[in-house]
Amino acid sequence: MKCRGFRYCRVLTVEEAVESFVSCEGEARFLAGGQSLLPALNLRLSAPDLLIDISRVEGLRGITLEGSDLRIGALTRHVEVLHSPLVAEYAPLLARAARFVAHPAIRNLGTFGGSLALADPASEFPACVLALNAQIEIAGLSGRRRVAADDYFLGLYETALEPGEILTAVYIPAGRTWQRVCFDELSRRRGDYALAGLAAQATFRDGGEVLTALRLVFCALGSKPMRAQAAEAALLNTKVDAVAIEAAQHALSQDLSPDEAEDLSSAARLHLARVLLGRVAHALREGAC
Amino acid sequence: MLTTALLVTVMVNGESVQRFVEPRLSLADFLRRDLGLTGTHLGCEMGACGACLVSLNGSAVHSCLMLAVQADGLSVDTIEGLAESGFISDLQTAFHERNAMQCGFCTSGMLIAARECLAHGGVPSREEIRDALSGNYCRCTGYQSIVDAIETVAIARAEKEVGGPV
Ligand SMILES: Cc1cc2nc3c(=O)[nH]c(=O)nc-3n(C[C@H](O)[C@H](O)[C@H](O)COP(=O)(O)OP(=O)(O)OC[C@H]3O[C@@H](n4cnc5c(N)ncnc54)[C@H](O)[C@@H]3O)c2cc1C
Ligand code: FES
Ligand code: FES
Repeated sequence: MKCRGFRYCRVLTVEEAVESFVSCEGEARFLAGGQSLLPALNLRLSAPDLLIDISRVEGLRGITLEGSDLRIGALTRHVEVLHSPLVAEYAPLLARAARFVAHPAIRNLGTFGGSLALADPASEFPACVLALNAQIEIAGLSGRRRVAADDYFLGLYETALEPGEILTAVYIPAGRTWQRVCFDELSRRRGDYALAGLAAQATFRDGGEVLTALRLVFCALGSKPMRAQAAEAALLNTKVDAVAIEAAQHALSQDLSPDEAEDLSSAARLHLARVLLGRVAHALREGAC
Repeated sequence: MLTTALLVTVMVNGESVQRFVEPRLSLADFLRRDLGLTGTHLGCEMGACGACLVSLNGSAVHSCLMLAVQADGLSVDTIEGLAESGFISDLQTAFHERNAMQCGFCTSGMLIAARECLAHGGVPSREEIRDALSGNYCRCTGYQSIVDAIETVAIARAEKEVGGPV
């Protein structure tokens, strides 16, 4: 289908973008990579009056190391995250996850910030930034603020972004050599949205045997990226042996209660999550991710 | 709601083109309708089938998921331009010889995805080739012959590069 008509403006600064949004009388939408917005417009799921093209705004693109944080600008494309040497070194979880995000041509245009602003519960990057304990930088009429990932994802497609605010960058604590990360997902075909996905960051002590810190975040199993704290607790201070993994899989029912989806029962979705947890826990223990 | 047309300048297949376009006009419709470049096909208009791939500043993108106004100042190559340039003639020949097309609806998109897959040199594994084509539907061939054709070209190019069999 073709989309409805709208007005279009291209802005070159964040201030201009916010200004255009608040002064628009009808419904305004920011346009970044367009890889979620244009399908929605073409399907007429959305029909805004004004599109504000932010894709050429200065300073919102690129990956840099700032102090002890890796900064990823909102307009950084998925493909850049996939191939960035800085990401590979300081946030390898994202490089691993990027391979699961859509297809090559979509990764060429889709932006990191767009993915986090949209907050599709099945998306890989939101789960990763939550697992990595990142900070999200947001700009609005009253200046810039930072929100911890823990407080950013609020619900189904709902985030701490207020109408007219722009997600400008994400700050990720640079990974340490002793940390292990893993991302894995189950989907019907390569590039499809996940049926279940899991992002994990772990620290092992005592010669790399005992798990002493862990963040497990699932995608596609709730209305937002879901931290699995009961499963984390079952694995903490263990050697992640078969008994501990089974206990964590069991505990997962306290963390997740997925609704029945079109073609998958709630029990089947929980089962997929348990399978994935088993694989990821095993990979973390072996350091083979 | 029809809104005021905007002037865009796009480099299409190496030639600068200026047109007034409605904001809602997709790059695909701009190429097909306004410029008559119908080698770019439209299937789903939602990013699923890959029939509409074009090369934007050298990267494969879906022309159904981009507005013509977004391409202002950028450079777009369609299958017509790529075919004329001769850069993909080995791929075209291999597709022909390997029966990698039947109705041909998917072929322009397949060729653009294949070109990008081979752009970095080396011989990708069949698994990697399949990965590169994961966003391209073909309802006729069953994909096997398409992967064969791309693999053949990858090997031939690598042999040419080192001047002998790999
Ligand atoms: C066939 C297909 C398969 C896909 N598969 C996957 C997948 O497996 N995993 C996955 O994660 N994604 C997938 N995607 C979505 C893709 O990753 C999108 O690129 C991404 O979700 C949105 O990024 P964008 O830059 O394209 O955003 P847009 O489409 O431009 O915008 C999306 C929304 O976010 C808002 N927005 C964008 N940037 C900002 C910003 N900086 N500040 C404030 N608001 C902003 C827009 O206003 C809009 O509401 C798929 C898309 C398609 C078409
Ligand atoms: S028409 Fe663009 S992906 Fe199907
Ligand atoms: S040859 Fe017919 S769709 Fe591919």
